[in-house]
Amino acid sequence: MTVAHDAGAPAVKPVKSRRPSVGWILIGLAGLLVLMSLLRIVTGANDLDSSGTLSATLVAAIPIGLAGLGGLWAERAGIVNIGLEGMMILGTFGAGYFGYFYGPWQGVVGAIVLGAAGGLLHAIATVSFGVDHIVSGVAINIIAAGAVQYLAALAFTGVPGGGQTQSPTIGSLPTLTISGLSRPLGDLEAKHWFVVSDLASVARALVTNLSLLTLLCLALFALTYVVLWRTTFGLRLRSCGESPAAAESLGVDVIRYKFIAVIISGGFAGLAGGFLALVASSTFRDGQTGGRGYIGLAAMIFGNWRPGGLLAGAGLFGYTDTLRLRGGGETIHGLLLFVAVALVLLAAWQVRKGATTSAYVTGGIGVVIGLWYALSDSIPEDLTGMTPYVTTLLVLALASQRLRMPAADGKPYRRGSAG
Amino acid sequence: MRLVLAFGAPALALVAAFLITSLVLVVAGDSVSGVWGQILSLPTHRGYVNIINAATVYYLSAVAVAIGFRMNLFNIGVDGQYRVASFAAAVVAGEAWLPGYLNTALAVVAAIFAGAMWAGIAGLLRVTRGVSEVISTIMLNATATALVAYLLRKTAIDGGSSNIVSTKPVPEGSRVGGFTLFSDTPTQVYGMLILAVVVGVAYGFVINRTRFGFDLRATGASETAAVASGINVKRMVVVSMLLSGAIAGLVGLPLLFGNDYAYGSTFQSGLGFAGIAIALLGRNHPFGIALGALLFAFLDEQANPLQILLNISPDIVKITQGTIVLTVVIAYEVVRRYGIRLEQRRVSTALDDEPPSAPIEQEVRA
Amino acid sequence: MRELSSSTAHSSLADDIVVRLRDIGKTFPGVVANHDVNIDVRRGTVHAVVGENGAGKSTLMKILYGVQKPDSGTIEVNGRQVSLSSPADAIAAGVGMVFQHFMLADNLTVLENVVLGAEKLHGIGGAARTKILELSDGYSLGVEPDVLVEELGVGARQRVEILKVLYRGASIIILDEPTAVLVPQEVDELFGNLRELKAEGLAVIFISHKLDEVLSVADEVTVIRRGATVDTVRADSVNSRQLAEMMVGSELPTPHTEESTVTERIVLQVRDLHLGSAGGRDLLSEIDLVIRSGEVLGIAGVEGNGQAELVESIMGMRPGATGHMELGGVDIAGMSTRQRREAGVGYIPEDRQRHGLLLDAPLWENRVLGHQTRKPNVSGPLIDRAGARKDTERIVREYDVRTPGIDTAAGALSGGNQQKLIVGREMAGNPILLIAAHPTRGVDVGAQAAIWEHIKRARREGLAVLLISADLDELIGLSDTIRVILRGHLGQEFDPATVTPQMLGSAMTGADA
Repeated sequence: MTVAHDAGAPAVKPVKSRRPSVGWILIGLAGLLVLMSLLRIVTGANDLDSSGTLSATLVAAIPIGLAGLGGLWAERAGIVNIGLEGMMILGTFGAGYFGYFYGPWQGVVGAIVLGAAGGLLHAIATVSFGVDHIVSGVAINIIAAGAVQYLAALAFTGVPGGGQTQSPTIGSLPTLTISGLSRPLGDLEAKHWFVVSDLASVARALVTNLSLLTLLCLALFALTYVVLWRTTFGLRLRSCGESPAAAESLGVDVIRYKFIAVIISGGFAGLAGGFLALVASSTFRDGQTGGRGYIGLAAMIFGNWRPGGLLAGAGLFGYTDTLRLRGGGETIHGLLLFVAVALVLLAAWQVRKGATTSAYVTGGIGVVIGLWYALSDSIPEDLTGMTPYVTTLLVLALASQRLRMPAADGKPYRRGSAG
Repeated sequence: MRLVLAFGAPALALVAAFLITSLVLVVAGDSVSGVWGQILSLPTHRGYVNIINAATVYYLSAVAVAIGFRMNLFNIGVDGQYRVASFAAAVVAGEAWLPGYLNTALAVVAAIFAGAMWAGIAGLLRVTRGVSEVISTIMLNATATALVAYLLRKTAIDGGSSNIVSTKPVPEGSRVGGFTLFSDTPTQVYGMLILAVVVGVAYGFVINRTRFGFDLRATGASETAAVASGINVKRMVVVSMLLSGAIAGLVGLPLLFGNDYAYGSTFQSGLGFAGIAIALLGRNHPFGIALGALLFAFLDEQANPLQILLNISPDIVKITQGTIVLTVVIAYEVVRRYGIRLEQRRVSTALDDEPPSAPIEQEVRA
Repeated sequence: MRELSSSTAHSSLADDIVVRLRDIGKTFPGVVANHDVNIDVRRGTVHAVVGENGAGKSTLMKILYGVQKPDSGTIEVNGRQVSLSSPADAIAAGVGMVFQHFMLADNLTVLENVVLGAEKLHGIGGAARTKILELSDGYSLGVEPDVLVEELGVGARQRVEILKVLYRGASIIILDEPTAVLVPQEVDELFGNLRELKAEGLAVIFISHKLDEVLSVADEVTVIRRGATVDTVRADSVNSRQLAEMMVGSELPTPHTEESTVTERIVLQVRDLHLGSAGGRDLLSEIDLVIRSGEVLGIAGVEGNGQAELVESIMGMRPGATGHMELGGVDIAGMSTRQRREAGVGYIPEDRQRHGLLLDAPLWENRVLGHQTRKPNVSGPLIDRAGARKDTERIVREYDVRTPGIDTAAGALSGGNQQKLIVGREMAGNPILLIAAHPTRGVDVGAQAAIWEHIKRARREGLAVLLISADLDELIGLSDTIRVILRGHLGQEFDPATVTPQMLGSAMTGADA
């Protein structure tokens, strides 16, 4: 996705972003846990990191993350995919149709296949015919929404428990619960001790009612990293997103890699839709995606086109969504304090780096949010729904210089462009 | 020859889209001839009026998108902009601070202002922070949904037992009456049709005849060349986003003043995305967009009875509409490449002593 | 690296032909790029292919490297007839190519760039790294495998490109205009490398339009004119005049100016111009320069040392530039690009397709570009179509722009005609300062001579001219004063009457400091 435009501006070398090591990530996670614990105790909002919230967060984050992975695969190969939303919609229907008529695992496959079909359409339009990526994405979103409404009416009208806009209940996928651990951890969590209870709730969320599909989806993040950054296939695929002409000049079949990448992208988006229908709920409903394809795209940008960062973004967005759904006006209100403090700290850091203007803006937003926290008791539910979008806008506005998208992302490519 | 190319491409695209839709119908086992028989039949008198009314709204939306396209800006945010603006206009009109049509005028100004401001955020983010307008307008669309829902709840009048919340109704004297086209139907053509016509004429004139329009097109054709020619591209980005947003602000007004008389949770949504499709179909040309808007409105209107007549979901035309976007863009691209070849052949035959430069493969968006 | 018996290595015109092109033809829509091309390249030789810009050299090499498919003719590599439908086929046949515009992905490391597409050879990890270091040492290329390509300069990038070819074990190496971006000293280094490759028994195909270079490095020379081979000759049997005769049918034009027209009147004065960058190092610092009426100031420098930034700062296209700037006694430092143009700056940009033209727009709209506030293009806030069209007709006539009409899209014209249109347009604004960045890059000799003539005329008419060029002969020929730009600093002055390209080259690389 074309994020940075700079008309006639100096060809400045982008600041080299050093990726954090595993150690730093662990320290960061530990710090986050301590902070959350502190915040929970200061604000008294115990639901901030209860195991219920965390399980729900996982379920909310995975469709976003999968959609983001879909975006990542396509954009790493240089194809912008805002058709993710449409492919997700196809996925929800695939899961509903095949899940109801054939069984839940068939539903998973159906979701992936229909999503991938959407990807194939996007690939044909953008790669074979050179259609602008955004235009094709918009078209696919329109087509997919219409097609699914049409097909759903055809498939589910008159089926017991189903209707024009929704499928009957789909059989559920197996879940895992380690009851020997789940119960004692629950007791520990209920004590609301500093850090200890927080750790317990994290652990409990991971051993209670965990869908097998959730685990598989989590594995896909690791798999994506390994495939894209540690294999020949991945190197070739990424080279198509960085410099297709160079790749072509070395005999890489750029068209083929772009096709594969976009089809996989569609498959991921389809799976994201399938997850919504199969795990997050147990029916297909029209409009089930609710713009999560776009949030996935946002999470991918938030994560700087890398799977780890994307996972963090999906987690953040899933978390805010969860708090909203759990009616957590007060809980989110507690988070405001966290955001305010974080922004003020960021502003201080910017001052040290000499970026005074940015620091004023950051600090100003921080102070406003802090005031909001001080002067109100709760946040209306409607507004919490904005969180992912506003966060993304803020990240883009404050850190766009540090983001590094694939160099040839979104640019049309035609065979024979080497040299 | 040029004319053949200009009209051949969309005709080809339409045929392709119809074929693809037919294929879907065949695969799904629905009656192809039944569907096309209904859609391609002559509309009723009421149908004609509905088509013109829907087209009016589509037209405004598509012009808003087209302003961005002309400058190579992708304003996906028309959808959010018109909802924020319609809401603002509805609130202003409902409050009735001014009497009669003065109130209407104030509401129109409010809509223009709100739409422009909402789009301006994306423009500012792009020029100050280099954020792509595609991403920021997507985010702003979703933000608009949440914001309007919140504000609607705050300002809504009590809807009694119904679930529908809406703003105060526009007073009788501030509503815009329509024209009667056929005496045998009570449905009238929106008075705001005139607004759409004015917008279309102004758009065509400004883009093609003025210095500002030249600067805008030049920036769209090549940002780098525009900078070198002395155009302040950043200013152009902000100004054209504001203009696009201002026109987007008008999109909901025919509905507000001619049909709904209030902004509620059932206010028509998704008009912004239709606008993108129609702008592409009409090649950003004021007249082409009008034809595209009529076509889309025609398909919508004619598909409506499908459910009752054939028990087929009218959503089938959304497949047609979406497919048109793809086929039309592909057709224009094919024709464009063919046109370039034609031109190069002309140049080289006219001057066969001259070795022309390598073939240009400049890809343009939209 | 292949070990060959010394006798093979020395007999540079040994009979074993490794590449044989027969009757190659290639037509683009409406354009014959190549026809009747016949070339034989022998093992252990440097074979130059020369021709003027647009003669079809690059297309021919893309055919040999599988990027384009020929419409007719046959290709034999190492005695076997091959059909090359992609670079993969060419690589498999032992052909490698170093493109004029480097084919490197900036955000990947050198290692990733080198192994891409050839992962089967040594994997993508440690073994590949070892092999790269081995090759780098063997040919003294000085390549570090783990840095990002974006951090490398032009010379280093070219060495990475050569290493890519060697890594694949190519026996035939094509170099497309490899010296265009190098200073004379780097050219010598490159030629040293080429001789080493030749001694190893490789065949090097060297594309150029610089005849002196060709004669110094090549064993055989094939001349291409209007897409067809004219002849192949031994390099020691011809001189550059004869080659030029074969290339363009006449002597090559030379840029030399007549007697000085420099006056005392200062047109452009720049003091303490400074341009920072987000990355830290200043792009321009402490630039002081003066150009007088009737004077051509030439700026020499290795690409990327601040030439483009200097030009764009003077044009007002760089918001971060600070310093004092006067044009004809008027302070222009605070002015926008448009105001500066109106104050009398004409601008021939470095990259005409990106900065000078709207390729899809007709010629008359391109006439308006950059002059959209001035007569005859506008009246009030409206575009004056009739006026603009009439003046475009004039430019097409007076500047000899070869076009079927003024409604033709600018992109359909040849590079030379595009450039003549730009020159005519910029002169139409009656400038007092003309900024010409690489004005004859990529144009045919006819247009080159015409453009030189226009610059000389402008100088006679009392314009101040700022000339940026990578072609040192052009700089020396046209300039009244030459200054060298290095890492954003404007260095000492040279007198074109006495300076040699070698002296400039030293100054350009900082070797003399």
